[in-house]
Amino acid sequence: MCTTCGCGTDDHDHDHHRHDHGDDHHHDHEPGARKITVETDILAKNNRLAAGNRALFGNKGIFALNLVSSPGSGKTTILERTLRELSGDYRCAVVEGDQQTDNDAVRIAATGVPAIQINTGSGCHLDAHMVSHAVEQFELDKLDLLFIENVGNLVCPAAFDLGENHKVVVLSVTEGEDKPLKYPQMFRVADVMLLNKTDLLPYVEFDPEKCKDLARRVSPDIVIFELSGKSGAGMDAWYSWLKERVGKKG
Amino acid sequence: MHEMSITESIVEICEENSGGRRVISVTLEVGALSGVVPEAVEFCFDACTRDTLMEGAKLHIERVPAVACCLDCRGRSGVSTFYDSCPACGGYRMELLSGNELRVKELEVE
Repeated sequence: MCTTCGCGTDDHDHDHHRHDHGDDHHHDHEPGARKITVETDILAKNNRLAAGNRALFGNKGIFALNLVSSPGSGKTTILERTLRELSGDYRCAVVEGDQQTDNDAVRIAATGVPAIQINTGSGCHLDAHMVSHAVEQFELDKLDLLFIENVGNLVCPAAFDLGENHKVVVLSVTEGEDKPLKYPQMFRVADVMLLNKTDLLPYVEFDPEKCKDLARRVSPDIVIFELSGKSGAGMDAWYSWLKERVGKKG
Repeated sequence: MHEMSITESIVEICEENSGGRRVISVTLEVGALSGVVPEAVEFCFDACTRDTLMEGAKLHIERVPAVACCLDCRGRSGVSTFYDSCPACGGYRMELLSGNELRVKELEVE
């Protein structure tokens, strides 16, 4: 079992199992301690694999989004409604990330859209390598729009580029309006924020304007949509944003 | 707890660069706003280095302070969060100049 991507075998040649040596560092074969300058970004491998994913998606004309949030914010409900609305006009697919179960992939599949579930086991985030394997199972030439629903976690997925066009952070009104300040890294790297469960606003103490202000402090250019995945309120503006960006293929 | 996979990457980078020699020490640069907690990397280090060329190696972590440039007034200032405002003009459009580092700087090998 490959512990990096959980894809089930260890007899094939994964990039992360190779130990290639570049020419840009010094190898010392003399006895005695000595220093080796490395200067390598710890996330370099993930970033390289993400760049590969991004190039692949770009070549195939696929618009890819990485949905991130804390558990229970309503990512899957937003996706279900979005897919029911858009999958008639655009060819969609979903990669679902969770530690365990394929419950979310089953929910997505019920909309008629192909879905692949990645179970990270004890892992707290998806990485570019997992996604590169998952999308092998789609007919990429026949896709317009790829949603990657990350593991519910507002911390770790912020550090791992998957090759998406944009990170979309979902925050629900039941969570507290100061989440952008409590988890600033995630809101910093997101280009879009979906403020979800607005149908519950009458029942919770949550000031949407304050929340939006705090999000813009962390990420001044973040695009914000207030919506309810359950009732459908406010979803049209989100659909319009998507439609402006998805290249429809013949 | 992404420090576990971060630490696994550190070990992989060190083994690729050590020329097959046992590693005595490794020096990292970790930015104040990199999202990685140095203590958590230290915690994971022993587990991740077991049965590798890194086993028993010392871990040195150099913390890099965060400095940002205000995109409105171009003033530079030290920051401690992603939502610090510019001390000169009060703006929030702060571009990080340093503090995002997450790098294996150097190794000491036998």
